[in-house]
Amino acid sequence: MPLDTITKAIVGGALIGAAASGLLLCNGRIAGISNIFAGVLPRWDRDTPWRLAFLGGLLAGGIVVLWAHPAAFGAGAPRSLPRLALAGFLVGVGTRISNGCTSGHGVCGLARRSRRSLAATMTFMATGVITVYVVRHVLGLPLP
Amino acid sequence: MTIAIAFVLGLAFALGLGMSGMTDPGRVTGFLDVTGRWDPTLAFVMGSAVAVSFVSFGWILARPAPLFDRRFVLPKHQRITTSLVGGAALFGIGWGLSGYCPGPALVSLVTGAPAVIVFVAAMAVGVQLGSWVPGTPFPVERTIDPAVSEETRAQ
Repeated sequence: MPLDTITKAIVGGALIGAAASGLLLCNGRIAGISNIFAGVLPRWDRDTPWRLAFLGGLLAGGIVVLWAHPAAFGAGAPRSLPRLALAGFLVGVGTRISNGCTSGHGVCGLARRSRRSLAATMTFMATGVITVYVVRHVLGLPLP
Repeated sequence: MTIAIAFVLGLAFALGLGMSGMTDPGRVTGFLDVTGRWDPTLAFVMGSAVAVSFVSFGWILARPAPLFDRRFVLPKHQRITTSLVGGAALFGIGWGLSGYCPGPALVSLVTGAPAVIVFVAAMAVGVQLGSWVPGTPFPVERTIDPAVSEETRAQ
């Protein structure tokens, strides 16, 4: 793979790690996107304002990325809406009942040396690999 | 103060995702496609993010408190439960089907693509249903901080 891609991956990853570190250092909170998202849905509490602000920051960052490098959002791959609805539903349910996603378990949890997060990360990586194998190589369906 | 910080860090987080290629679902499915044309980009991103935070978290959590709050709010759950493994398994299936996890999906909302809007709407429905599944932990601060639960009850 091109050196440029590796460099951007490492610098971008470091920026993600730095943002997660900043949230823990300043606000004492874990930068787990699924729980930040879940936390703004049910009802207002003490953590709702900063969560909304973090989500607003994600969107603002998205606008910067869209302006600077629209190709970052991927080329127009075939996208079936029913499949995306099913995928979104599974991601919502799964991250809620396991209390984390790629950022909460995969980055912050591993950084906290959490056994639960290690188990969760190995599990979602494994079922992700199996799903892509089945969808792309067994069923022969297009993926992004 | 904490609100402004959260906004700036959310923005930085999104820039990290965009710069590293993680807002492209094709890169994610490419990483998960270990038997096809494997794309290792995600391994570099996650490796780098974990390396930075692994070192800094150790240093930060040695402090008595964060800079702008009285205490750290961390998950207290210790056991590896059926909810944890089962939920992570479902999440992985959805991740593989779409190439989206929650962060990149939310950042990608700005494209206005129907695919992303459908994904995030379905994710919100899933989160609500997941909250009703027995054994689901509340987002952390509600379970470990009695003061906050009292505030919430009082409202």
